[in-house]
Amino acid sequence: MITAKQMFQLRSMSAGVGVPEEKMPFNKENMLHNSADDAKSVGKMRVEHLQAWFGKAEIIKGVSLSVADKKVTAIIGPSGCGKSTFIRCLNRMHEVVPQALVSGKVFLDDVDIYEKQIDPVKIRSRVGMVFQRPNPFPTMSIRENVLAGLKLNGVKIPRPDELVEKVLEQAALWGEVKDILNRSGASLSGGQQQRLCIARALALEPEILLMDEPCSALDPIATSRIEELIHSIGKICTIVIVTHNMQQAARVSHYTAFFYMGELVEFNDTDILFTKPGKQQTEDYITGRFG
Amino acid sequence: MPQTDDEQHEPKPQPRLSHVAGGKNIGDGVFKWMTAGFAATAILVLAAMLIQMTRASTLSLQRFGLGFLTEKEWDPVHEIFGAFPFIFGTVVSSVIALLLVIPVALGVAIFLSELAPAWLKKPLDLIIELLAAIPSIVYGLWGMFVLAPWLLQTIFPLLAKTLGFLPLFQGELQGSGRSMFAAGIVLAIMILPTVASVSRDVMASVPKGYREGVLALGATRWETIRVAVLPNVTSGIVGAIVLGFGRALGETMAVTMVIGNRAEISASLFAPAATIASMIANEYAGTSEALYLSVLTELGLVLFAVTLVLNIVSKLLVWRVGRMPGGARSL
Repeated sequence: MITAKQMFQLRSMSAGVGVPEEKMPFNKENMLHNSADDAKSVGKMRVEHLQAWFGKAEIIKGVSLSVADKKVTAIIGPSGCGKSTFIRCLNRMHEVVPQALVSGKVFLDDVDIYEKQIDPVKIRSRVGMVFQRPNPFPTMSIRENVLAGLKLNGVKIPRPDELVEKVLEQAALWGEVKDILNRSGASLSGGQQQRLCIARALALEPEILLMDEPCSALDPIATSRIEELIHSIGKICTIVIVTHNMQQAARVSHYTAFFYMGELVEFNDTDILFTKPGKQQTEDYITGRFG
Repeated sequence: MPQTDDEQHEPKPQPRLSHVAGGKNIGDGVFKWMTAGFAATAILVLAAMLIQMTRASTLSLQRFGLGFLTEKEWDPVHEIFGAFPFIFGTVVSSVIALLLVIPVALGVAIFLSELAPAWLKKPLDLIIELLAAIPSIVYGLWGMFVLAPWLLQTIFPLLAKTLGFLPLFQGELQGSGRSMFAAGIVLAIMILPTVASVSRDVMASVPKGYREGVLALGATRWETIRVAVLPNVTSGIVGAIVLGFGRALGETMAVTMVIGNRAEISASLFAPAATIASMIANEYAGTSEALYLSVLTELGLVLFAVTLVLNIVSKLLVWRVGRMPGGARSL
C-alpha cells in the first residue's frame, strides 16, 4: 500500500507540475489511476503536455492528466484558470474559435485525437459536450432535438420512438415531456432544457461526456437534479465536468483536478483533495482564501 | 462608526434627487423638447409628402380612378395615360435583379459570417460596402457603354441559342442592348451590398451556443450552418431580400440609362422597357400640362407607397431575428 501523501507526489509528477517539459518523466503507469480503489478502471483519455492558446495568450500551459473510464472527473479552479478551455481541447472544440491553437497529445483509447489524419467531426461524435448555457435547437421539437445528433451523423435509427424514450429516461426528463414531444425545445424551463441537451448528447452514446459548468445558469433545484443525473450517467459513461462550485465537485466526482493560471496544480481522489490537499495553493483555494 | 454616520446623513440629498427627477431643471426640459421637435420633423416630412403628392395628383386620380393602374396604353398626345407598362417594367426588372442577387448575396453572407478567416473578413466587408458607395450614375454609365453592348453581342445570342424556346429569350438582337435584362443586371449589382450585409448581420446575430451545440454533436461546417444558423434567420434573410427589392423598385438613374425607356410590355427580356422611376425622370421636365404633371405625380405616389410598405415589412422581419431566444439581447 502506498500512503496518500506518496500518491499525491506520484500524481503531481505525472501531471507535470513543477517539472520542466523535457525532464518530465513520462511513464504510462504513472498516468493511470492505479491506487487500490480503482485498480479496475482504465484511463479512457490521456492528456499529455497539452498547451492551448488564444492568439498569443497561452491559456493552458502544459497539462498532463488521465481520465478514468466510467468515472466522474471534476475540474475546479478560479475563473480564467483555463478549465473550460481545457475540456474544449478534449473534443477539439477549442480550435473552432478563430486564433485558437493547441499543441500536445490527447489520447482517446490510445489514439491521439490531434493526429493529422483524424477528423475532428468524428471525435466530437464520440466525445459529447454539454455547455454552460442550455442550447436546445429552438427550431426543432423536443423529439427532433434528441435525434438531431444521430441524423447529423447519418445513423439509421430502427426504432426512433424507443430510443427517444430510453434517452430521455436516462436524462430524467421523460416523465415531464412524454406528452409534449412535438413542442419546441425552447419552450422548456432552463433546467429541463439542460437535461434535454444532456439527452441530445447521450443519444449518440458518447464514450466521454464533457460538461462545461452545466449548472451555472440554473437554480438550486434544477442544479440538484442535474447532479443526480451526473451521478447516474457516470456509471455508463465517462464524465469530465468543469465547475466553479467546489461543493458540486465534491458531491458528484470521483476525481478532482485543481487548475490555476493554466496549470494543473493538483489531481487526486476527490475525497483526498478536499480533505487533505497536497499543495498549499489547493488548500488556499478550497478553504476560500482566494479565487 | 463612520458607517452609521453615513446612514444618518443619507436622507439629506433626497430633495436634490427629486428636484432632478421632477424635471425642474429648465435646461434639461428645453433640450428634451428641442430634440423631440427634431425627431418629429421626420414624421412631419413623411406625412407632408403623402398629403402634398395626393393633392397634386387629384386631377389624375379623379379622371382615371383605379383604372390608371391597369391601363396598358400610354399616349400623352391623346391624353391616354396607363401606368401598367411602368408598373410591369418596375416589378419585372426588380424581380430579375432579385433572382440574380439572392444566391450571390447569400453566398457572400455565409462566407463572411461563418467561413472567412479573420484577416479576410474586414477587407471583404469593406469591398462589398464600397459597392453601395458608388454613385448610381456611374453604374448607369457602365451599364450603358460596357454592359449593354456586351450583352447584345455575347450574352443575348447565347441565351437565344440555348434557351430560345422560352418567350423570355426571343426577339430581335438589334439596337443598343439597353433592355429589361440589362436593367436587371445593373440593379442586381446595386442591391448586392444591401442584401449581403443585412443577411450577414442577421447570421452573425445567431448566438454562438447554437453553433457549438451542433458542432459538438459531430456536425460538419456546412451542417452547422444548415442546422444552427439558417433555420433561425430565415425571416431576417427574407427581410434583407425585401429591403433589396424596395431599393431596386425605386432606383432611378442607372435604370433610366440602361433600360431603353419604351412604354411597352414585352415578354422578351431583350426588349427595352420602362419603370415608374425612369418614366418620371425622363418626363418631368418635358411638360407643363396640368394633367400630365398630375399623372406623373400619381406615378410617384404609387412608387412611394409600395417602397414604404416594403421597407416596413423588411424592418419587421429583420427585427424579429434580433429577438430570438438566447440571442445577443437576452444575454
